Amino acid sequence: MASRTAKTRERPKEPGLPGIGLGPWVDRHISWFFVLPAVLFLGAVLAFPVIYTGGLSLFRWSGAAATPPAWVGLGNYADVFAGDPGFRNAIWVTAYFTGVSLLIEVCLGVGLAQLLNREFLGKGIARTLLILPVAGTPVALALIWRHMYNPSNGIFTWFAEILRLPPQRWLADAATVIPSLILFDVWQWTPLIMLITLAGLVSLPADIYEAAQIDGASPWQSFWRITLPLVRPTVVAAAMLRFMDSVKTFDQIYVSTQGGPGIASQTLNLYVFDQAFQYLHFGYASSLLVVLFFVILAGNVVLASMRRGQA
Amino acid sequence: MTRISAGPDGGRRGGRVFFYCSLFFVLVVFVFPFFWMAFNSFKTHEKILEYPPAFVFTPTLDNFKNVLLQSHVGQYTWNSVLIAFGSLGAGMVLGLPAAYGIARYGHRMLALGILVCRMIPGISFLVPWFIVFRALGLLDTYTGLVIAHLVITVPLITWIMIGFFEEVPVELEEAARIDGCSRAGVFLRIALPLVRPGLVSAAILALIFTWNSFLFPLILAGVKTKTLPVLVYSFMTFDYLDLGGVYAASTLVTLPVIVMVLLVQRQFIRGLTLGGVKG
Repeated sequence: MASRTAKTRERPKEPGLPGIGLGPWVDRHISWFFVLPAVLFLGAVLAFPVIYTGGLSLFRWSGAAATPPAWVGLGNYADVFAGDPGFRNAIWVTAYFTGVSLLIEVCLGVGLAQLLNREFLGKGIARTLLILPVAGTPVALALIWRHMYNPSNGIFTWFAEILRLPPQRWLADAATVIPSLILFDVWQWTPLIMLITLAGLVSLPADIYEAAQIDGASPWQSFWRITLPLVRPTVVAAAMLRFMDSVKTFDQIYVSTQGGPGIASQTLNLYVFDQAFQYLHFGYASSLLVVLFFVILAGNVVLASMRRGQA
Repeated sequence: MTRISAGPDGGRRGGRVFFYCSLFFVLVVFVFPFFWMAFNSFKTHEKILEYPPAFVFTPTLDNFKNVLLQSHVGQYTWNSVLIAFGSLGAGMVLGLPAAYGIARYGHRMLALGILVCRMIPGISFLVPWFIVFRALGLLDTYTGLVIAHLVITVPLITWIMIGFFEEVPVELEEAARIDGCSRAGVFLRIALPLVRPGLVSAAILALIFTWNSFLFPLILAGVKTKTLPVLVYSFMTFDYLDLGGVYAASTLVTLPVIVMVLLVQRQFIRGLTLGGVKG
């Protein structure tokens, strides 16, 4: 995605004489007048929180106006890494949830894109229907899924019974809560990966496939040897996008489990939320945010290296 | 799922039947929760609790009536609409010139900086904002919520519109310059009217995202400015008393989104990837 600005056009040649006075001066530096308002605004609402969070992470503060923050230096970070069980749990839950759902979504998304990469009746309708899970209000969807997972009268419980599976407690059981949330996430976001991959597949040149067919390549071979390598940058870009959003997942988990049962589905994001707005540990929450930021950065670096790297 | 097509035509009759069957299956899986949401909102609370789930029943509109007659629904809907359009309008004022500036004059680093906003989890803004908003008296105000949602709409509008502005032929703008039009005039009179189709999709996407937003209003809004998703969430406490209300409220809040999706369709993916993919 970053590369798209590279093809930006050259600055147009200045026609006429350079003017004198305020009007022409504005005109000559107009490019800054275009971008500055947005940049200044975002800088203010963005840079400020980043600096503030970094600073606040060195204090202990309950958020009360009457008691000023107390300086603890790197104490919060020491607490985070020394053995906060809540933090360790949150890291594990986040890695489990994000890793598995991302893996399934990418595999399923690429497979479905391959399936739909052809002309067929009702293509437009199918595309629109597949966008719905991505666009639907997450709070509403989470409420519906929450009840579909209800162990005593949810429809999934009934499906499990029809399929002769052992009775499930879905979100109510610490052992199945994350797989259940992953299923929800996979349902919601596989279409996105699929539609992005599909856009990539459509742009692949058809003559390579004809050549491969003439050379006797099986469909399976041309998928592994031609399609996958060619479409990989698109898939990795989609995976990066999904990773960024997956780590941020809040609405769905907060509404369907609130991190429970116990803390079995408490991701890093929800843990920070609890620390800040439930227990009012603003300083500690800030140090967790700094850690969260680096987790996201690290994940993106790994994914970006997959985009450039090995064949 | 693993069936590989040899070419775009897909081959023999058997293959086609298999294809349409699997397509049907896939669509059923992805649409089912929406169907179930709408379906159950016409059942009474007792009917929803039935096990195995009831497929035959007398539909009732009581759930919708109960939700709509809730004392604050009108107020919260108005709040949602106001905040969505407020952050759309302000987002356009900030985002459109920025997109044009980046497309024409290539401020590449700035474009990346704006993209970073998309990467940062909402929660990391919230702690400092909450503290500052409280100090400035911006908690539970429309201004505060519009400012918060601009973090969503400005990057979205900017990145979608960069692509559309790049497609405007430079020759047109140069001709206008020679005719004595200022650069700002070129933007307003030549470029902006030409990107109108893109503008519409960017606007609708921005509306969907602010409409769906939950975390920001959950913390920054109070009794006065609460939005619909927060209201829908509060129905969760009625889980065991009024499931009909939960389903009806969910249906009502999702309905405008479905209408908006029908309006944008293909542009939706382009928007979600911030212009990275022209789906």
